[in-house]
Amino acid sequence: MSSTSSPATTASPSPSAAAPPADAAPGAPRLRTRRRQHSPGRPRRSVLLTVLTGLVLVYTLVPLVWLLISATKTQQGLADSSGLWFADEFALWDNISQTFTYNDGIFTRWLLNTLLYVVLGAGGATFLAILGGYALAKFDFPGKRGVFAVVIGAVAVPGTALAVPTFLMFSKMGLTDTPWAVIIPSLVSPFGLYLMWVFATEAIPTELLEAARIDGAGEVRTFFQVALPLLAPGIVTVLLFTTVATWNNYFLPLIMLKDPDWYPLTLGLSAWNSQAETIGGDVIFNLVITGSLLTIVPLIVAFLLLQKYWQSGLAAGSVKE
Amino acid sequence: MRRTTSRLLRGIALVSTIALGATACGSGDDGDSKKPVSSGDVKAALEKGGTIKVWAWEPTLKTVAADFEKKYPKVKVELVGERSGDKHYTALSNAISAKKGVPDVAQVEYFALGQYSLTKGLTDLAPFGADKLADKYTPGPWNAVSDGDAVYGLPMDSGPMALFYNKKVFDKYKVEVPTTWDEYVEAARKLHKADPKVYIANDAGDAGFTTSMLWQAGSRPYKVDGTKVKVDFADAGAKKYTDTWQKLVDEKLLAPINGWTDDWYKGLGDGSIATLATGAWMPANFVTGVPNAAGDWRAAPMPAWTAGDKASAENGGSSLALPELGENEELAYAFVEYANSGAGVQSRVKEGAFPATTAELESDAFRNTEFEYFGGQKANEIFADSAANVADDWSYLPFQQYANSIFNDTVGKAYVSDTKLTDGLKNWQDASVKYGKEQGFTVE
Repeated sequence: MSSTSSPATTASPSPSAAAPPADAAPGAPRLRTRRRQHSPGRPRRSVLLTVLTGLVLVYTLVPLVWLLISATKTQQGLADSSGLWFADEFALWDNISQTFTYNDGIFTRWLLNTLLYVVLGAGGATFLAILGGYALAKFDFPGKRGVFAVVIGAVAVPGTALAVPTFLMFSKMGLTDTPWAVIIPSLVSPFGLYLMWVFATEAIPTELLEAARIDGAGEVRTFFQVALPLLAPGIVTVLLFTTVATWNNYFLPLIMLKDPDWYPLTLGLSAWNSQAETIGGDVIFNLVITGSLLTIVPLIVAFLLLQKYWQSGLAAGSVKE
Repeated sequence: MRRTTSRLLRGIALVSTIALGATACGSGDDGDSKKPVSSGDVKAALEKGGTIKVWAWEPTLKTVAADFEKKYPKVKVELVGERSGDKHYTALSNAISAKKGVPDVAQVEYFALGQYSLTKGLTDLAPFGADKLADKYTPGPWNAVSDGDAVYGLPMDSGPMALFYNKKVFDKYKVEVPTTWDEYVEAARKLHKADPKVYIANDAGDAGFTTSMLWQAGSRPYKVDGTKVKVDFADAGAKKYTDTWQKLVDEKLLAPINGWTDDWYKGLGDGSIATLATGAWMPANFVTGVPNAAGDWRAAPMPAWTAGDKASAENGGSSLALPELGENEELAYAFVEYANSGAGVQSRVKEGAFPATTAELESDAFRNTEFEYFGGQKANEIFADSAANVADDWSYLPFQQYANSIFNDTVGKAYVSDTKLTDGLKNWQDASVKYGKEQGFTVE
């Protein structure tokens, strides 16, 4: 979502940019006017860039449009009609109610599971990233370089690669097939830690901390009352990152969980999808599609609401002041 | 995305299989110590009650579990059916290698039974009296679950093959329904010529389908004797198959669509896939997956390799087995027997399952069932005849699950490049032999 919205806003200039500035003297040389139009505040309009951005936008939105349209179709309508236009029957409401009632309403259970994993996993990961990032940015201690190397290295290792070793470890500890098997690994977010580290370095002036200490505030109070408010944009960014990662996590729960009662939405939808691959299975592509739509709605809402913070957080540290 | 995931799964399955093998080697004392279980033991267990965990995706088991609980109120059946196929086996192998959370009963497809039974992953059911049930089942499935005196599962369903064809398409282009594979190739040409959108079948490389076709053609590529294994795709039967199928591949007469995908369901519905040679369990999937083509399709006997030959083969089908590390063996066996040999069979047939029991297959009620979906055709007559004509000397590899997972990397190439089917099969053979040796099998 955000990847398209940010280039879109920077590339399309405001409508007034094309018109010559009202205050330009009538007899002024044209060259000067032009040059003024190119100022950093009013970048030159480029047809090529606009078209390219438009293409990328369409490319990004088509799957979403397909999902929206397909969610209005019955199983039969899906097979009969073209993917990018509506079928005769509008079955969206029926699909939604079926999604929530199919198999004794297991979808609701999966939704609540996902929420649990997000609140504890992504919430916890964010909290740990804040603590760690702040400490690494504002305190000096031996081995800091080593920590830096480890964190950078950890960013490069995809979580998927660690899933199997984690499974073997957790199965020894008897934690597999419990919610903890999904929550505990989600608590670690090297990228979040790195981001908080960079952000805290930029956002919190060391002088401010010194002032707080001189005024007699303890470290805990300094952290919560001075540092934390300054970190808000970074916190939202990391929270969004970890939320998306946990919400969409498929592989880790896949190998950790056996009991469908603990499935998150991703696993549940995949299970519904594979019903079509079994002998005598009930084919419910319409519910898989509607369920997918319902699954991404909360993420889209979260992004739209927090977009402002997200962008300022991402840009943190990009300009040296 | 899907492809990546399945690769990863394959990787895990592989890791677990190795772990499985290692566990089996480590414990040598679990062999013949089992005493026969009397029917009294099972009865006592049923009266005492308890909970059994069942991992099976077969949809008709829901009713069976409910009926079983009603009959034995003290027994609770926890049925977990959200996983199927690869994911199911990955979870099962992982549980067995972790020695934790192993289900009491697991659905295991016939092709995968060897893999689990050989690594001592499954309980021999003969001491429970399962060996005396041999006569109740058709030869194909029984041969798949039994190994000498040992019985590693009770057959749940079977998949004697038949040719499903879209009558509307055949009528429209006035093409005869093929009765031999040569006629089949002819029909493929005619249909595709009449409408380039129409293909005789979909095939993008499917291990289960190919092995079943070889089975019907009389090829016996796998010979298994304990840990001695032979793989050979160069017999006369295999040649019959590759000669014919190569024509279809070369002339691009097969739709490049994988089975069980939404494209596949769509093709079956809109007439672009004209036939489907598969197991007799297919009608239930037609009804829920292709509702828009109700009335278009019919069933016919499999085309023959030589006119008049009735030989058939099995495709798909599964058993219920008791993993060695599961608990409540008596209860678990009671459930399996109820579902696959007792009253459960009738309720499952009523819900569209295709039985493996001769009594059901031969009953008039079964044979005379009219399939509304097939325009009132009594399709079970065709299926039951096919079941009776399945050759029972076929066997799968004790590592068939792995072999099937590398099918697309070997034989699959014949569908997308200049590689010939025979070369693809040779590569599959070599890769299977190599893997078998690595696993400690004596492979020829």
